[in-house]
Amino acid sequence: MRTVHFDHRNHARDAAFPSPFHSRQAQHNRMKEWSRWSDYLSVPAYWCADMEYFAGRNACGVFDLTPMIKHRVSGPDALPYLNRLVTRDVAKIKPGRVGYSVWCNEQGRVLDDGTIFHFDEGDYRICSQERQIDWFLTSAQGFDVDVREETHDVAGLALQGPTSFAVLNALGLAGVETLTPFGLTTFDFAGASLTVSRTGFTGDLGYELWVDPDHAETLWDRLFEAGELHGIRAMGSQALDLLRIEAGFILAGIDFLPAWEAVRPSHTRSPFELGLGWLVNFDKGLFTGRRALLEEHERGSRYRLVKLDIAGNKPAKDAYVFGGDGKVIGTVTSAMWSPSAKASIALASVETPHGESGEELDVEIYYQRELKWHRVMARARVVDKAFWDPPRRRQTPPAKF
Amino acid sequence: MSTKYNAIVIGAGHNALTSAAFLARAGMKTLVVEKNDYIGGATVSLETYRKDWKYSNCSYVASLLRPEVYRSLKLAKYGLQIVPYGGGATFSQNGDYIGRYVDPDISRREVARHSQRDAHATERFDRDVMRQARFIRQFLLRTPPDPTSFRPRDLLELLYTARAALDLGEDLIYDTMRFYTMSIADFLDEYFEHPLIKASHAGSGIIGSAMGVMSPGTAYVLLHHAMGDVDGSMGAWGFARGGMGAVAQAMHDCFIDLGGRVQIGQGVSRIIVKRGRAVGVALENGDEHYADVIVSGLTLPHTFLECMEASDLDAGFLDRVRHFKIRGSSGKLNIALDGPPRFTALPEGSELARGDLHFVDTMERLERAYDDWKAGTWSKDPYIDLLIPTMTDPSMAPPGKHFMSVFVQYVPPKVDGKDWTDAQVAAFGQNVVNRIEEYAPGFKDLILHMEVRTPRELENEIGLTSGNIFHGELTMDQLSFNRPLPGYAQYRGPVKGLYLCGSSTHPGGGVMAAPGANAAREILGDLRRINTVPEGWLDD
Repeated sequence: MRTVHFDHRNHARDAAFPSPFHSRQAQHNRMKEWSRWSDYLSVPAYWCADMEYFAGRNACGVFDLTPMIKHRVSGPDALPYLNRLVTRDVAKIKPGRVGYSVWCNEQGRVLDDGTIFHFDEGDYRICSQERQIDWFLTSAQGFDVDVREETHDVAGLALQGPTSFAVLNALGLAGVETLTPFGLTTFDFAGASLTVSRTGFTGDLGYELWVDPDHAETLWDRLFEAGELHGIRAMGSQALDLLRIEAGFILAGIDFLPAWEAVRPSHTRSPFELGLGWLVNFDKGLFTGRRALLEEHERGSRYRLVKLDIAGNKPAKDAYVFGGDGKVIGTVTSAMWSPSAKASIALASVETPHGESGEELDVEIYYQRELKWHRVMARARVVDKAFWDPPRRRQTPPAKF
Repeated sequence: MSTKYNAIVIGAGHNALTSAAFLARAGMKTLVVEKNDYIGGATVSLETYRKDWKYSNCSYVASLLRPEVYRSLKLAKYGLQIVPYGGGATFSQNGDYIGRYVDPDISRREVARHSQRDAHATERFDRDVMRQARFIRQFLLRTPPDPTSFRPRDLLELLYTARAALDLGEDLIYDTMRFYTMSIADFLDEYFEHPLIKASHAGSGIIGSAMGVMSPGTAYVLLHHAMGDVDGSMGAWGFARGGMGAVAQAMHDCFIDLGGRVQIGQGVSRIIVKRGRAVGVALENGDEHYADVIVSGLTLPHTFLECMEASDLDAGFLDRVRHFKIRGSSGKLNIALDGPPRFTALPEGSELARGDLHFVDTMERLERAYDDWKAGTWSKDPYIDLLIPTMTDPSMAPPGKHFMSVFVQYVPPKVDGKDWTDAQVAAFGQNVVNRIEEYAPGFKDLILHMEVRTPRELENEIGLTSGNIFHGELTMDQLSFNRPLPGYAQYRGPVKGLYLCGSSTHPGGGVMAAPGANAAREILGDLRRINTVPEGWLDD
């Protein structure tokens, strides 16, 4: 059921609300630790973040996505509205498909990134990390379109990992094997409508499941029954963070500062500066930020978000990045030891012209051993490809593993 | 009787004490003279009702007090504690309210309860106000440049200002120019749709100002209330433990420790000028004291129109002083309560009752409150900033009892052009009490004692000209290098040896201590003494 009710004046008694999956999460949450994600209680780790990470790479993990901000965009002008809002050509996201995009302010600075779900002609959902409603409504002026936030009306679970298809198969979702990456379809499920998309934040085979909050607990229960023989495991936000770094996915508020909240405008980034130039389509007509981005495209960008393959075994968390002449040219935004790539990896924002593929940089790593701090400079090579990108991610129909 | 000092500081308000302390620390033999039997000026806590009951009689909350001064004068060691209170509520006439909570998520949901869109717009609003606050904060502990001068220090200061403006980026330069000239009503319209949300933000745009929410220039006044912080929490406000007098007391004790001397109960009747130089002060009791420099913490008109002979000043200068905009617009009720009032709109036990409370739900009501002031009378439906410090501070009243501070706007310096009568003061107070009673039935029965202050009392008791709490209106024509007057923004008076250190000077009103600190730096420079005044801390 819908668990967030802040229309009542007593809403302030608790700082966060239980998710529709809360009763089930509580059963799995052996650590008894909860964190806050927007309006909801979230689980950082149910038992052990590393074990949950390995479930995501070896079997499958279930992550509660409900707190993701969701907006419904519908009406005759939904497509032109979205095409003016975001940088990519939304006409290419056909019904039954999902597309990743970013949207910018007038200055071409990224407000947020997210996924656009195209259900039917003129009916879309946008999922994002940050709230958007004021901007989305401001952008709706002059368009025959209905825009509303539906975050609390939709419960979501991510089912990610090599056995995720086997689990959905065991759940009896006939035809799910035909779903290609970024495909979207709906099933009748326990008297409700279950939306399944072949999407995720882990760079592996995986799905996202969307249902009304009244059926959330049923979905969780049936999923875990179906997954019992396929290694299914509840996964917390710490494990998901490791999985997304390996996949090279960026996170608002971590790898870039959303322009909406930037007190220091120079700390924001354009899509080009986040390695998302491929999402900018200058040919589709006007979109917010186009003029500024065109100018930047001609003049060149100031920053570049890069993937780093770092020598040695120390995670380069929050490290400075040095150019060849020993000058600081950037900082690491996300870093980890990658168990799947068996490498120290990082995402970093560096000043151009640095960050060309293959460039050798240095990172300054601080690490602690039994309360004693050490410092090491390590070689870091700029790489193109994600650290984790297995063929099974794209294989259709997927294998059951 | 006459004594020779290095410096004489007129008034014992918080800026005067700040200046005095920095001068004393530089080894100057310094005397502070104060007309009242108590120190603090408007930063004062008196036992007006009973020995075990302290009021914050004038100023009542702290946020602007410069942390650099706090630290440099070791005010913590001298017993000053600033405790944040966090939160507040604005009540509407339909029995609802909008709360502001310490927790940002709860605050956001509270706004969303009224408008989901405004909840998201709040992030943009906070961002833009914070941008302006970051910009202005770097100038608070700096002397404004003289834009007409070619002296190296003025050119360097202008360069600093230009660089800071360029740092903002092109779009922010546009925004800044607009921000400084807009009305708070127009500014809020660019962010919010819900009348209650707008009204809840608007109060900061008018507090202490004789302007209405629709008057150009009020957006800046909002910034003046948002640029402070409590321990780095920008825009947060707190209580001085024991009442606002604790701020002045700590400064006073620091000053005394540094060898300073304070004489209370004797006002300055005249600043003595000889051969074009201020050389001393004559007190009301006939005593004269002499010093190398005379530093006035009084308001600009008070200093020049009441403490100096017209023959010692240029007629043009004096004329400009007479036209300095300093108009009283507010009053205050200080109330001793037998128990906590119950605001019926709030849920039982709500933390919001510990914060600042307001009773206005539209911009139109705020503007009509201003209309009353223009018509020469007090607002029948006033803007109220109500706090109960004893909900947080256990040291001001006996357990279970409370001190309530009620700031009220608008209140004119004169009623229909005539001086306030005692009956009018009482009627004004009663009107405010009746207003509060509407939102907290039974409140009247809790009142044990009440002190009512209109601009008349503020001027007569602590010398705030016309009752203006900021020592002069905070408008573009009276800010930065135009404060208090063009050509006199660097704390020096028109007579050699005379300096100004009160809130009439940059960066203006509030319990900030920046004017006092900046003035001391200029004086020490002129006397070629070692500088004891700290530099401002930069945010980045």
